[in-house]
Amino acid sequence: MINLQHIERVFQVGDEEVHALRDVSMTATGGEYIAIMGPSGSGKSSLLNILGLLDRPDSGSYELDGTRVSELDEKEQARIRRHKIGFVFQFFHLVPRLTAFVNIALPLMLSGMKQAERQERVTTALAAFGLANRAQHRPDQLSGGQRQRVAIARATIMQPTVILADEPTGNLDRNAGIEVVEILEELNRQEITLIIVTHDPELGKRARRQILMVDGRIEDDR
Amino acid sequence: MMGNEKVAHPEYPMQIRDILSFSLHAATANRGRTLLMLLAMAIAVSSVVVLISLGDSARHYVIDQFATLGTNLLIVLPGRSETTGGPPPLLGETPRDLTLDDAMALTRIRTVRRVSSIIAGSALVSVGHLERELLVLGSTSELYEIRHLALNQGSFLPQGEPTRAEAVCVIGQKGKKELFGNEPAIGQWLRIGDRRFRVIGVLSPGVSLGEDLGEVVIIPVAAAQALFNRSSLFRVLVESTNSERMEQTRQAILDTIRVRHEGEDDITVITQDAVLTTFDRIFKALTLSVAGIAAISLVVAGIMIMNVMLVAVSNRRAEIGLLKALGASRTQILGLFLTESTILSSIGAGIGLILALLGMRLAAFLFPEFPLHLAPWSSTIALGVALITGIIFGVLPARRAADLEPAFALARR
Repeated sequence: MINLQHIERVFQVGDEEVHALRDVSMTATGGEYIAIMGPSGSGKSSLLNILGLLDRPDSGSYELDGTRVSELDEKEQARIRRHKIGFVFQFFHLVPRLTAFVNIALPLMLSGMKQAERQERVTTALAAFGLANRAQHRPDQLSGGQRQRVAIARATIMQPTVILADEPTGNLDRNAGIEVVEILEELNRQEITLIIVTHDPELGKRARRQILMVDGRIEDDR
Repeated sequence: MMGNEKVAHPEYPMQIRDILSFSLHAATANRGRTLLMLLAMAIAVSSVVVLISLGDSARHYVIDQFATLGTNLLIVLPGRSETTGGPPPLLGETPRDLTLDDAMALTRIRTVRRVSSIIAGSALVSVGHLERELLVLGSTSELYEIRHLALNQGSFLPQGEPTRAEAVCVIGQKGKKELFGNEPAIGQWLRIGDRRFRVIGVLSPGVSLGEDLGEVVIIPVAAAQALFNRSSLFRVLVESTNSERMEQTRQAILDTIRVRHEGEDDITVITQDAVLTTFDRIFKALTLSVAGIAAISLVVAGIMIMNVMLVAVSNRRAEIGLLKALGASRTQILGLFLTESTILSSIGAGIGLILALLGMRLAAFLFPEFPLHLAPWSSTIALGVALITGIIFGVLPARRAADLEPAFALARR
């Protein structure tokens, strides 16, 4: 369902050209659990950005669920992100002034869903992630683990086919980290493709497939 | 497959309610900057509204003053007006004087009820060693009715032939106070130039035709002719019997004078309508230009909105990146930020309107003699301009937000 072919990404830093991705090709089938690993600066976040349509490759093609998404315009790409891709970030990226409930409801709101229908979906999600009594709390009133659970609830509220997680435990203590990973793995068992970027080998080992990146290339894939 | 996508995920625009509540939340999240900006917008809007209202009040005030003259007043002035085309004859062709005889001829027109001649000039008026420069009006007894004058004490100029130069005068309230103090003035003598006049009446204070009646002395027109050594009249006021017959009366006046002036149309007849229209135009132009100046403050407020929104965009880069990651399109981000700046400017405009209302109330309380009121369209104009300002100055920040690259916006700090 994911097919990347010969992806190149070059950034201009000052007057130097930095090759973030060099001829990256990979495929993934539905329901896979992949860890993208590598030292910092190896291009693993750049790869995740390409996979999440947050960035466009300079060349190469990207097919997602049979659609050549690399050729879609900005609006169509936004639609794909909304319906097929869920993001989980290291720094949670919750909107600080909004409650947990509203943060989870954001994707539904952007898609124009009616208030009543939204209410039901978000309430179900809150309960499913053990946040039922935290609905009206703002992010600064939540623990790190709770914040990441809100972020995961938000990432899954549109029932995406793939979840992209960038260092999802990087900002959590050990116990909260394990809890978050177990939630993500539970989602993977429900046939959602899970791609985690991490430099934590222990977390990487839990994935069924590891991709090692070095200097913008896929060094190892097993 | 791309076709199937659309079937699988039907697209709806965001609900208006959601856009508003999201933007309102965002706009009010940072209190300090928001308050400053609201203040700027409020001051701008209130100054526009107040200045428009003051201008409009002044217009009404002046027009009301002239309207008290009655709608059947005609004013005859010597010299041809420019309304007939071509510049007035400044050199070469001197207009014939308008004389007392001309004025008396006008009384014979069927649709004319009263005629009063006026000669005006300023002169030194003295009682003993007290001396004041006052406006001296030479006129006739008819002036009393035509200009709706009122007397405090005594009587007005005696009726009779206007050619009789009786040595009597009617003095304004202020002039009387300055010359006689609290002593009674009726029956006393005063000196105008080198002539002596007996005071027979004191005018009630007021304003008529733009003149402060407190500072005038009214004497018989023949006496004024002798005093100023001038036979030509300054104005002839004509009251017509019927306000419907104004044009007919005007024509009759022109015809009468033309016959008397050897076929020359060398007078101008203006009606109250013409005067009112002119004043109306002048005051509207004044009000507009003052409002235009005040509108500069709206531009300043607009630039503040832009500044505040630009700061907001750079502070909320991560949030914008997140919204994009969650599937917000460029257009949606643009809409959200434009809504935010519009909400800010509308709240500011609302506060400004309230300030303006309070300001006008205060002014009305401090100056009860002026009829102050909020101009009827000023609030609509101010609100409209504020909205437009918010949108125009919101476009640049909103575009900047919409153009942010999501990967870059979400990059770790």
